[in-house]
Amino acid sequence: MASMTRRKTVNAVMMTLSTGAAALGLFVLAVILLYLLYKGASALNLAVFTQDTPSPMEPGGLRNAILGSVIMSVIAVAIGTPIGILAGTYMAEYGRYAKLSKVIRFVNDILLSAPSIIVGLFVYQVLVVSLGHFSALAGSVALAILVIPIVVRTTEDMLRLVPDQLREAGLAMGWPRWIVIRTVAYKAAMAGIVTGVLLAIARISGETAPLLFTALSNNFFSLDLTQPMASLPITIFQFALSPYDNWQALAWAGALLITVAVLALSIVARLVTSKKEKH
Amino acid sequence: MTATSDYERGVNSARPVAQSDRIFGTLTLAAAVVVLLVLLGVFVSLVMGAWPALKEYGLPFLWTEKWNPVTEKFGALAPLYGTVVTSIIAMVIAVPVGLGIAIFLTETCPRMLRRPLGIAIELLAGIPSIIYGIWGLFVFAPFMQSYIQPFLIDTLGNVPVIGGLFAGPPYGIGMLTAGLILAMMILPFIASLARDIFQTVPPMLRESAYGMGMTRWEVNRHIVIPHVRTALVGGIMLSLGRALGETMAVTFVIGNAHRISGSILAPGTTISAAIANEFTEATTPIYTSSLIALGLVLFILTFIVLAAAQWMLKRMKQKSGA
Repeated sequence: MASMTRRKTVNAVMMTLSTGAAALGLFVLAVILLYLLYKGASALNLAVFTQDTPSPMEPGGLRNAILGSVIMSVIAVAIGTPIGILAGTYMAEYGRYAKLSKVIRFVNDILLSAPSIIVGLFVYQVLVVSLGHFSALAGSVALAILVIPIVVRTTEDMLRLVPDQLREAGLAMGWPRWIVIRTVAYKAAMAGIVTGVLLAIARISGETAPLLFTALSNNFFSLDLTQPMASLPITIFQFALSPYDNWQALAWAGALLITVAVLALSIVARLVTSKKEKH
Repeated sequence: MTATSDYERGVNSARPVAQSDRIFGTLTLAAAVVVLLVLLGVFVSLVMGAWPALKEYGLPFLWTEKWNPVTEKFGALAPLYGTVVTSIIAMVIAVPVGLGIAIFLTETCPRMLRRPLGIAIELLAGIPSIIYGIWGLFVFAPFMQSYIQPFLIDTLGNVPVIGGLFAGPPYGIGMLTAGLILAMMILPFIASLARDIFQTVPPMLRESAYGMGMTRWEVNRHIVIPHVRTALVGGIMLSLGRALGETMAVTFVIGNAHRISGSILAPGTTISAAIANEFTEATTPIYTSSLIALGLVLFILTFIVLAAAQWMLKRMKQKSGA
């Protein structure tokens, strides 16, 4: 049997290593975030929100890119959320024991972690090639495809947590099932579903790859959904790789905006669920 | 959830249901089918888009290194190689560090800090990959070029056998840099996943092991990790799937060179980086089609990895009786 001292030494070494791993990991991530904050904050000013993307070495901002991101995200959520909630409802309510639910759960989990650039290729084939040009709408659809699996997953999980007795009570009142689902099940699962939607928004607000060849980009202010539209991630991508100082500064400002938005959304999502848990 | 509830039986019986209910039920079913159709559509559209390239080059597409838009000769080997190598580098670094963080969070970490640190790591897992990409380009690649790569070339570069891995001038960008950035990106993901998995171990198992006088490391090594092995492998494969398909964290720092080099310091490319960089510049139909064929290869690769991951994670759920 290994001696006590040896076992204790091994334990001390391994535990120090794991603490070291945690320290290293948190250090690296903190370095990235602090540098981002430093570069982003120094590039941030009012013009970033009020002016459009500039030519090289001209003053300008990110107004069209921010607006484009917001517009495409809103449409993506408007398309993806209803489909996601309904599909999740099918799996938790109508088809709880159906084979189809099992298949869809598997497919949904694959979609949840499939490379987002593949989604971009898919939408390119379906919407860009057939319509003949890049458009904000194609970008929105690509983002919607990323929204759906997140909402499906959280909706199903949350509905399954709703006790069946609640549903039975509703049915006993003589209500049809869809009324029971709407008034009882959805109400009980609401906080969780909202969390899912918020997390989905957080995810798509930083997605770059699926927009590269769907929405493309646009240097000008545009509200036309059938035309290419600027977005923050694509603008960051283009500006960061450019040799111009002012473009690079705007890329950092955009990166900071996205990170702040993503973190804020995730924190709000967390608060929504934790408030629910306290009741 | 095992017993069919009265609620469920009521549905399956022949009791007349309201017309409105049938409509809503069909609507939910239709939405569920949309999820299926999306995955099917992705696959079909990739095959259709890749068809001209597949017909032209056939299966040798997979092991042809040439990638020349001028002569219209395309092969997937270089990006495939880059995808695999950067993912391996990322996993070799991120898995042990991620597991270390998870063990730290479940064992060593003072109770007071557990929740905030856990939340911080979960939040970091959601940071978009373009952030890691831009940081990698402006901060990490120059740092690699000035300090790490010259050091590697001077020391490991002269060691026989592995020396070739660290040959060539320090470009800053390249496969190693991309792999490291990828590691940083998936690190919070692995750490929070592993922590969740460790927490499924019943407290009684831990307590009895501690009661027998096992040290913390022994409890983790002999009780916790074996108990969750399948799920852990599943979680690691899920992160591998992420690393394989990751685009933006890699595109910035890989160098986008379609060649295979024995040195991990050399610039290379990955499937997703090649698609991201070249797709809108692809001028000929066969060029575009070759890029979509690359996408198809990536899709099949990640599908296999993710499906295996799902299967392993599911086995744990069954075991824990959920």
